[in-house]
Amino acid sequence: MPFCPKLKGRYSPTKLVWFISLFLLLINPAGIFSQDTPQPAQAVQAFDTPDDAGKSITVQWQLSADDGKGLNNVVSYEILRSPSPEAEYTNVGDSPRGTTEYVDNSAKDKTPYYYKIRALSKTGSSDSVPSAEAVSSPQWFKTERTNALIVVLVISLGIVYFIYRASQGKEMFVRKIAGLEAVDEAVGRATEMGKKIFYIPGVYDMDSMQTVASVTILGHVARRVAEYDAKMEVPNCYSLVMVACRETVKQAYLKAGKPDRYSDDNIYYLTQDQFGYTSAVSGLFVREKPAAIFLQGHFFAESLIFAEIGNSVGAIQIAGTAQPTQLPFFVAACDYTLIGEELFAASSYLSKNPKLLGSLKGQDLGKFLMMAAILVGSILTTFGIYNLAKWFTYR
Amino acid sequence: MNFWQKLLALDRRYIFIFVALALLIPLFLTAPPGFLKKIDISPPVKSLYDYVEKLPPGSKVMIAFDYDPPTTPELQPMAVSFLKHCFMRDLKVIMIGLWPQGPVQAQFAMEQDILTDEAIKPKNLQYGVDYVNLGFQAGNEFVILRMGNDIAAAFPADYFGTRTRELPLMKDVKNFDNIRLIYNLSAGYPGTYEWVIFAGDRFGVKIAGGNTAVQYPHNSPYLQTGQLVGLLGGMAGAAAYEKISGYLGKATRYMLAQAVSHAMVVFFIIIGNLAYFITRGRKSE
Amino acid sequence: MGFVYVIQFFVPHPPFDKFQNWGNDWIQIIAGFAIFLGILNLLKVSSEKIYKKSKGWGYAAITIVGFLIMTIAGLYEGKDYQNPGTSFYWIYFTMFFPLNSTMFAILAFFVASASYRAFRARNKEATLLLLAAIFLMLGRTPLGDYLSGWAPDGWQLKNISDWIMDFPQTAGQRAIMIGIALGIISTSLRVITGLERTFVGGE
Repeated sequence: MPFCPKLKGRYSPTKLVWFISLFLLLINPAGIFSQDTPQPAQAVQAFDTPDDAGKSITVQWQLSADDGKGLNNVVSYEILRSPSPEAEYTNVGDSPRGTTEYVDNSAKDKTPYYYKIRALSKTGSSDSVPSAEAVSSPQWFKTERTNALIVVLVISLGIVYFIYRASQGKEMFVRKIAGLEAVDEAVGRATEMGKKIFYIPGVYDMDSMQTVASVTILGHVARRVAEYDAKMEVPNCYSLVMVACRETVKQAYLKAGKPDRYSDDNIYYLTQDQFGYTSAVSGLFVREKPAAIFLQGHFFAESLIFAEIGNSVGAIQIAGTAQPTQLPFFVAACDYTLIGEELFAASSYLSKNPKLLGSLKGQDLGKFLMMAAILVGSILTTFGIYNLAKWFTYR
Repeated sequence: MNFWQKLLALDRRYIFIFVALALLIPLFLTAPPGFLKKIDISPPVKSLYDYVEKLPPGSKVMIAFDYDPPTTPELQPMAVSFLKHCFMRDLKVIMIGLWPQGPVQAQFAMEQDILTDEAIKPKNLQYGVDYVNLGFQAGNEFVILRMGNDIAAAFPADYFGTRTRELPLMKDVKNFDNIRLIYNLSAGYPGTYEWVIFAGDRFGVKIAGGNTAVQYPHNSPYLQTGQLVGLLGGMAGAAAYEKISGYLGKATRYMLAQAVSHAMVVFFIIIGNLAYFITRGRKSE
Repeated sequence: MGFVYVIQFFVPHPPFDKFQNWGNDWIQIIAGFAIFLGILNLLKVSSEKIYKKSKGWGYAAITIVGFLIMTIAGLYEGKDYQNPGTSFYWIYFTMFFPLNSTMFAILAFFVASASYRAFRARNKEATLLLLAAIFLMLGRTPLGDYLSGWAPDGWQLKNISDWIMDFPQTAGQRAIMIGIALGIISTSLRVITGLERTFVGGE
């Protein structure tokens, strides 16, 4: 080394190099000249995922000290699993940096597993201490839905109780629903004018309760139509709905004592396409100029088109839907509108069956309980007590 | 019949003509200076914008295209401005659809508006790395539930037929855990409500919505409860997002037509009420 | 079957966890077969209208022609019938797409005519409805700012329309949604327990 002073004996260059290397090795644990491995993840816990069908273990950990920072910036974690703490670990999943939980859905039930988290940086990796044993198993009840179960039971038992009371002969008061009182008027008008009635059961399939409610109302309307000897057509958007409507109307004609007046051709399928159906029905309204139109069921954007065209041909219109977005259109454009739950109350109302009327009472009980919960919850929340509001959280 | 009685019984076709003119003529006009400043940015729009601004580069965002051609004028501008915002922030985008035409609309947005944009071209976006289109899957909310466990199981192949697991962007995306935001563009069912209930509440992922003006009131209660990060409503919402993100597009251009047509409807309501009160007054006399 | 669906909502243990998927798969299968019923019915009703030359038989003819064209185009193009360049794709985007959009766009005109007819200050409630409609229609567009930009912050049209959406409208929506949910519970219980059978032709 030409630029170094000549050093001999105790201070020779070789000894100096050895001394400096030893010094660096000793101070390394402080991380000043760190190696390539990041700090490992801490406190790894593994447990059976709660409220599930089994085959799942949740793994949680605390972030590595180098997560997203530090000289060995952790970029991701690998989740390693083994059937025993000492056996070989295999990778079952990856998780990006900043995350502290992973759900392993490949576990077998009743099989013990141990988990380690491997923190990965660009230049190295380090493994955590293994977790305690975790065994997956299915649960019989989703505890997170206890609140939903309680609400369902309370409301259902209320409905059952009032049905029972009604079947014992107790009279149930039900307020007048203008739209349903007008059914006779609408059918009578069509009979006098010699024009048709159109019944539109919505643009949704039988898996919607609104469609079920609509087909139920159709039964009552069809019976009136049969009794008055009027003409009715029911164009459908779904084949299954067409089949249900046919059965319902046929039975209605049978009950009215006029089975020979029933014809399958009056209940037909058009198309499943929303606006294809809309334009077909609109054309029917304009050409046939019906005296009465019933728009009952699950509607979307076509609701206003039906209502306006029905109004333009001079028909009396009775609408009903539980779609909050379409209610304003029906209220503005139709003569009578069944709003929300009135659609579901219609079949009980029209049949005057005591048991069905009892179920309406149960519905009212549910509404009363909701109102009480809202009132109490609002007062408590105003004073900073959030427990009641949290209890109503759904998962 | 006097003038006011005739006005009360006005044939709806006259109203149609005036509304048609109110919509058509502004499309050929330029908005007056300062018009853009008057577009209001509501708190739900700002909230969504701020949330996206805070996402670190490389974060994954999912966009659910749950609409079809009839609602394109309202929702497509929302999609385009949001996509531009995401790509300028170097976010990774996963596009899906629960409506059959949704992924087609996603492709249109990418091909016609994003990949041809001069500001985005330098980003050199690569399919499979920066964005993917996983296509459509039938099943409505059940698809969402399945995605909560395994997205690749719900969407086994992408729009072009490539296996989802082979896409580089999807390598470390198993379920909603790695998704920082789901932005749902919705025209009906399934839509924002289903995403809030089945993804947000169930799996804890953040949800934001872009709805038609008719759908907006139905989903606005979820803003107050914090179940939605932000919500855009109708063309006004789309124009507001274009304004705040700085990527002006069709929604801003069409706002003049919307403003004039709204004014026309209000005008008719006012003269209708005038005619009503005047004829009612005369009947009393 | 209804009770099975309710039980599986609360019980995750196998086999209950699979019930919903099984049920939905069966619904899809049945609905798939039911589509043939609908198509056959459509063709039958349309053919009879044409044969008898009933009122509107021309429209029935167009229905059948349209149905046949789309079916033949789809079958001719094979499994890639939806790809750009196929005849099916061309018909879809040049005819079906604009027609669908047009039907939706018609709503703009009907909203105007319905508003003209319905928004009359007949009584207190109708007047409130009328005022809310005017505030919202003006407040949601830049026009509101032109008209009320001079007013104090809380009294500008855009703020009033935001207030209407955030409070009265949201409260009303929530109340209706709660009522609807209770109605669905009640109807579902009646259907599951067999009290309500009208929709399947019962009493």
